[in-house]
Amino acid sequence: MSQEVLELQMPPAREEPAGAHHASAHNAGAQYAGAQPGGGRYASAQHAGGQCFHCGELCRAASFALEGRSFCCLGCQTVFSILTASGLDQFYQLQTSPGVRIRASSAAAKWKFLDDPSVQEKLFDFADDNKAKVTLFLPAIHCVACVWLLENLFKLHPGIGKSQVNFARREATITFAPTEIKFSELAALVTSIGYEPQLTLGETEKAKPSPLRKKVWLQIGLAAFGFGNIMLMSLPFYFGLDSINGPWFKTIAGWLSLAMALPVVTYSASDFWLSAWAGLRQRVLTLEVPITIGLAAIYCSSIVEVASHRGPGYCDSLTGLIFFLLCGRLFQKKTYERLTFDRDYKGFFPLSVVRKVAGHEESIAISRLKTGDRIILRNGELLPADGCLISGKACMDYSFVTGEAEPVQFDAGARLYAGGRQAGGAIEVETIKPVAQSYLASLWNNEAFRKTTDNDFDSLTNQYSRRFTKLVVGIALCAGAFWLFKSPATSLKAFTSILIVACPCALALAAPLTHGTVQRLLARLKIFLRNGLVIERMAKVDTIVLDKTGTLTMATVGGIVFHGNKLSHEERNWIVSLAKHSTHPNSVRLASLPGAAALPVAAFKETPGCGVEGDVAGHKILLGSQSWISNRLDKVTHKADGTAVFVAIDGKFRGSFALENTLRPEVEQLISKLQGRFELALLSGDNEREAARFEKIFGDRFTLNFNQSPADKLQFVRELQKAGRTVMMVGDGLNDAGALRQADVGVAVVENTGAFSPASDVILDAAELARLPHVLAFARSAARIVRAGFIISALYNIIGVSIAAAGLLQPMVCAILMPISSATIVLFSCGASAWAARRSGLISQPHTSIRQAAEAVTQPETLLQPS
Amino acid sequence: MSIVIILILASLSVGLVFLGAFIWSVRSGQYEDTTTPSLRILADDPQPKISEIKIKLK
Repeated sequence: MSQEVLELQMPPAREEPAGAHHASAHNAGAQYAGAQPGGGRYASAQHAGGQCFHCGELCRAASFALEGRSFCCLGCQTVFSILTASGLDQFYQLQTSPGVRIRASSAAAKWKFLDDPSVQEKLFDFADDNKAKVTLFLPAIHCVACVWLLENLFKLHPGIGKSQVNFARREATITFAPTEIKFSELAALVTSIGYEPQLTLGETEKAKPSPLRKKVWLQIGLAAFGFGNIMLMSLPFYFGLDSINGPWFKTIAGWLSLAMALPVVTYSASDFWLSAWAGLRQRVLTLEVPITIGLAAIYCSSIVEVASHRGPGYCDSLTGLIFFLLCGRLFQKKTYERLTFDRDYKGFFPLSVVRKVAGHEESIAISRLKTGDRIILRNGELLPADGCLISGKACMDYSFVTGEAEPVQFDAGARLYAGGRQAGGAIEVETIKPVAQSYLASLWNNEAFRKTTDNDFDSLTNQYSRRFTKLVVGIALCAGAFWLFKSPATSLKAFTSILIVACPCALALAAPLTHGTVQRLLARLKIFLRNGLVIERMAKVDTIVLDKTGTLTMATVGGIVFHGNKLSHEERNWIVSLAKHSTHPNSVRLASLPGAAALPVAAFKETPGCGVEGDVAGHKILLGSQSWISNRLDKVTHKADGTAVFVAIDGKFRGSFALENTLRPEVEQLISKLQGRFELALLSGDNEREAARFEKIFGDRFTLNFNQSPADKLQFVRELQKAGRTVMMVGDGLNDAGALRQADVGVAVVENTGAFSPASDVILDAAELARLPHVLAFARSAARIVRAGFIISALYNIIGVSIAAAGLLQPMVCAILMPISSATIVLFSCGASAWAARRSGLISQPHTSIRQAAEAVTQPETLLQPS
Repeated sequence: MSIVIILILASLSVGLVFLGAFIWSVRSGQYEDTTTPSLRILADDPQPKISEIKIKLK
């Protein structure tokens, strides 16, 4: 049965099906990191081309095959056999090529540290003798099939119980019996099917999710209950029908309304009371202060009215107001939750490290690493603390720290700084500083990172609310004083009804809704904002500082120039065939050169950090660094600037491939659009070899600085700010982190949004870089929309306050005016933001209409969900 | 006129029942994750029942 099903699922022609596109988008980061187990074996496999049945990625010329299906690597093939053997092949029915490309084969030893009780204590949600529950963050979760597979995990091992996936958070909560399957084995199992848990220091120290979310829902539900039922009883009064039932109806309805409104005022609105109180204690007039004054005024005057048999009170307006305010808050919270990306630098550090003690190796938690420990770093592992190289050949990739793309080689005895990533064979390092004091950590502990970015004291809303409160209280006092002389009976009524009607609900809704809509619209374009305040700051930006490496240039495609004796088409083909066997970034780039079908390679050998060699079509090919080729052959005098791969064929040096960091195609257009409006500057950690190229693009009006260390970049931004400028920093990685944080708006340009995101204010998908001017224009429109919302709210307030000051406020006027002002603001904020997005050129398709923006408000789930 | 009282009581009690149901649904965690169930339903395999799970977890 399952066999037939699979036959039906055999990829037909596989000309880029939707699923494949999907999978490849999610695997962009893994693209070149994929392990190629058993390098030399490629040559023997006959399968050519096609897409991997498991992950949908294009298979290299020679690939793995099983049951008539081709796979890109042994990992994918293994997952396929595990799944079919366990009867889980429905996985492949749910989506075409739903799998995740399998990276390095998972060694169970890697997870050994998870059996340490102190680590388990941090990670487990619950544990006793025969049951443990753990929530794992699995970033690879990306589609329906993932959810299905992970929730059927129990079929893979008898020790696993129920597992439940939270798709939005990319988490799986797994119950298992530690007596039957150790935690480390569970982690290895989950990794083996393609979902490597991401366990980092940051993750373990993270507090467990609080039950706050439940409280928010309960508050809203209670407010909706009160609002609906009180409205029902108030309807007769709006139409003057209450007298039909007799005078007692008014009293009963009044007391019932008061009773239903009590939990709404106390429980549902508790957050407003608390933050108003906290604001008052710090002597800050936050928005909550006038809101709570209004709430208290409405409830107290309702009690007086009902008790004195004068009317049914204003509980309908009161509960409606609280309900709308809470809806605005929920919308805001949902937006934040969905867009949370503020990761700590600790997230980039590994959780465990291999320590060498008395000749044997053990895996320990990084927090237990001490100065003087000997640690083993393997290919691709990050050095967690400064250290001294004991043995092995270090080839450290410091692109996180310095921005230089080329790995630096070190010999034994050299001092290595934290944050470097080893490329090549295993090395042994003795740590000379504890984890916290190392270079990277000190950069991140810089003052700039401690700046509380969420301090919204100066946000537009708070500026307006301070004035608003003073103004309203002033008017109320004046009106009260005026009536005191003219007609003392009206005095108190006028005073309280001004406080009632001037409730700044529209003020409270305008900014969150506009910002929320903007964030959602941008998120659809893979532009993520930390929070709404970023929009306000973005609207004020007048200076843009750009980083070069990884931001304006990209290292992955094209830009390969050959210097030396011209290569024949055949020779070029040999080189490409050889390069395809290595995962080194330079080899991967060479392998992307156009060539005929790859030829088989014999005697392939990779010397990590130096080069690759092999026999292609009977010719000995060497690809590698200058020093390595020089050592193998005669001295090579040929010079090359920048990143270069040297080539020798049959023992003769032939020349070098210069691998230029190519400019992103949209850069020139981007600069020309930005330079009219903003002051620009370019900072680069790289050397000056490309200075001329950038001078041509930027013109001579702007600053171009090369050889900049992370500290220089930070200092540069700080100087600009001292000169009174509002700076936006556009950078790519951890090496810009200081400047990104210091800048008023830090924009991180990333190739893969899931993979790497330093703590910045905005995360921009590299493909969307050209949209930056539009985003800035959109931010300015959004700030204007918020102001316009305030004006609308002010108009309603003027009408309401005039009626109230005249002493004529009726419950019905109140019940109509307040919901209408809230509704107008909701529609205006969402509609105008969507319109502004289209006008600023961000969204060109006509389908993004106000209707969609409204849907975005009502269905917050639909937006970030992969389609 | 007392019919109005009965109507109010009836509507209120229905409202309270729904409020109770809502509170129960929030407490039982149904609002914790509103995305995954919409995906889960797309897989036609019945969800694993506790009895199907091979080990007995106390």
